[in-house]
Order: sequence, then structure tokens, then C-alpha cells
Amino acid sequence: MHAFDYTAPESLASALAELEEAGDEGKVIAGGTALMILMMQRLVRPTRLISLRRLPGLGRIEVVDGGVRIGALATHRDVETSPLIRSRIPVLAETLSRVATLRIRNVATIGGCLAHADPNQDPPVTLLALDARVRIAGRQGERQVALDEFFVDYYQTALRPGEVVVAVDVAFPAPGNASAFHKFLPRTADDYATVAVAATVTLTPEGVCREARIGLGALGPTPLRARDAEAIVIGERLSDRLLAAASEAAIRVVDPIADPRGSAEYKRQMAGVFVRRALRGAWDRASREAA
Amino acid sequence: MTLRIRLSVNGSAREVLIPSSRRLIDFLRDDLGLTGTKEGCGVGVCGACTVLLDGRMISSCLALAAFADGAEVTTVEGLADDERLHPVQQAFIEYGGAQCGICTPGQVVAAKALLDEVPNPTEGEIREWMLGNLCRCTGYYKIIESIQKAAGHARL
Repeated sequence: MHAFDYTAPESLASALAELEEAGDEGKVIAGGTALMILMMQRLVRPTRLISLRRLPGLGRIEVVDGGVRIGALATHRDVETSPLIRSRIPVLAETLSRVATLRIRNVATIGGCLAHADPNQDPPVTLLALDARVRIAGRQGERQVALDEFFVDYYQTALRPGEVVVAVDVAFPAPGNASAFHKFLPRTADDYATVAVAATVTLTPEGVCREARIGLGALGPTPLRARDAEAIVIGERLSDRLLAAASEAAIRVVDPIADPRGSAEYKRQMAGVFVRRALRGAWDRASREAA
Repeated sequence: MTLRIRLSVNGSAREVLIPSSRRLIDFLRDDLGLTGTKEGCGVGVCGACTVLLDGRMISSCLALAAFADGAEVTTVEGLADDERLHPVQQAFIEYGGAQCGICTPGQVVAAKALLDEVPNPTEGEIREWMLGNLCRCTGYYKIIESIQKAAGHARL
């Protein structure tokens, strides 16, 4: 690998100061599972690496006003095994438990996953459906960005130079709400998904959908929301016709690329199938909640 | 840039100078001569380079040696107690869990990590933990059987 300077500051303030000073030459590193590969393949060649690994408390998973705040340094495994996440936001634990292999989940962090912004990753799909908010720190202070405004393009985010992701906030589900995550893995269980879909629905006691969000992965330059499909199901009861209409609307927003996991046309068709499955899965769970 | 790191490798404390870009696998193999850890794919998929960092299994090909500063690293060389093999190693020999051997150090280290956390795993748990350790010889059945036998042995 190319030579670079490496520091591991012990406070966020010093990390941000170092990052500002490094400018374009600097990159932050946490778990490293993504950045190490990009560096070994010479796709990025930062001359300064600023490690966040020594920042105290940045991996905490804690309750904050009506939801959970997941610190950027929490690993996928930390989130997947967190009793708080498992009991209150089970779809998130379920999604993370299916990412890559345990060896990667032990290391890869939530903050790193978001900042890396690979549209093939699973966690952003579920976090989009959960309407998560990203907390970002810079020298000027902290700001929050809704996750669906965070992803800009392939590997590009709303992070400005000198900023780092410090946490992601997820609200606890409302009564009558449930979610499901479905991904299509035709090759191996640790592969990137051919398509991934997360859906969340909130039902009235009568079984009418009050609220719905659908996240799509591996189906465009960023993780996507299927907003037209969401609008179609809101105010309705579950039926095959409704699911067909929603999946047709979702197919219209996807823009997948052909790769060894499937042709673009095949992924479009699978997007429809998996939107139906995820919506039905979320709906079934929400009906049980409501019952 | 040269970094000074302090770490423990298989129970012995060390303080070393390393180039900051040294990967953990290269540090273990080239600097310490611990060549039991293998490099297969080099992108965190195959599991041949599995080591434990503070007890958690990781891909040493995707870690900087700097990440081990202040930590404990366990490699396949650290499993046996002098001449007495770890139950996982013994079981791999007795039940045919190894064939050509290139993936075996990673398999054995992953299996140890599993049994440390889940002493009596179900077959499903074994498959989940070993999912990222590829073997192109045995077909996995004997690896799973070896781990089941090792778990039985560890319980005795």
C-alpha cells in the first residue's frame, strides 16, 4: 500500500481539527473494511489517515427522545446484538445480521457504512425505511440531515469537507407499525444483494395503512425511496392488486446497472417482486401488532 | 511515517516500530514470522487471514497493524498450549476437517472464536459463524463435524 501518515486522536475536536488541516489529502478511517480495499486497489490514495477508533463514547447505542441514537463507531455486530435494538427496532437487527460475514460485521461501523455510500449496502435500505437521521459533526458544530437527503450519488454524500458522521438517530416504531427487510441473494449468503427492499407500514386498528415507507438497495446510484409506491398504499387495505400497483410504481424509480448479480432488466423485475414481498411482510407483522 | 505500537501477540507483550501503512497480516507474517495466518483473497471474503483482535474474529488483510495498538492479537500459533493442541485443532485432525490446509488456520481460529462465545453451538450457529471461511477441498461437512466434536470435547 502507498505511504500515509496515521494518527488516532483521542477527542472529536482534535479529529476535526486534524481533518481540516489535512484538507483533500485526509481521510477518516474507522473499521476500515471499505477504505482498506479502496486503498489497496489504488482507487483512493490519502496521504493522511485520521483514525476515529480512539474517540471515546462514539460507539454508544442509547435511548434519546423517543428513539435510539447509534454512535458512528458502533459495529454492525454491536447493533445486531444490542438488546435495545433487538427489542425495539427488530428489523434493524435483522438487516444487520444478514450483512456480509460475522468477521466483517465485527469491524465495519454504522458511521462508516453511511459515509461510504455504496448503493449496494443493506443497512441504508432499512434505515431509509425507518426515516433515520444522520448526525454530522464539523468544526462549526453539529447538524442533522435526513437520511434520504444524505446520499447524493455513487459513493457521494452530503458530508462537506472536514465533516464526519457521528451518529444515526432512529425513532421507535409507533403503535401499529412494523417493518420487513427482504434481499435477493442468488449466489452466496455473504454476497451483496442483487436487490434489497425494506418496507415499513403503520396500520390503523381497522387495517388501513396510515403511513408507509419503502427503501430500495442496489437499484440505482444511491439507496432510494419508492415514494410513489408509498403514496399508493397509504389509505388502503392490503390486496394483491394494491401490491401489484405499488411494485409497478417502485419499478419506475429504479435505475440499476448490469453486473454479475443480474442484468439491469432482471433487477428491475426483481425490484417489483421484492417490493411486494417486503410490503406484505411488513403488513402481516403490523396486523399482528394491531391485533 | 513510522508508528510505535504496543500490543500483545499470542500472550506476549511487544512494542514495535512499524510503517503506518503496514497491514496487520503483513506485520504478523513478515515482521513476526507468524506465517500460519494466510492471505487468500486479500479483500476480506475468504477467511484465510482470520485472527482474533481482542477476542473478536477479523480479517487481518483488511486491518492496519496500527489498529492492534493497545490490543491483544491471537493467531493460529497461539491456540495450542505448548504441545497440547486446542480441542478444535485436535478435532480437525481426528475428523478430517483439513485437507490441503491453506484455509485451515482461518477455519480453526474462527471455530475457536465461536466456541469461546457459544460453547455448545447448534449446526445453524456453526454455519453462521463459519460462513465467511471458504474451503475448496473438504466440502464443509467434515469442518462442521470437527467443530461439533470439539464442542463436545470442550464440555468434558
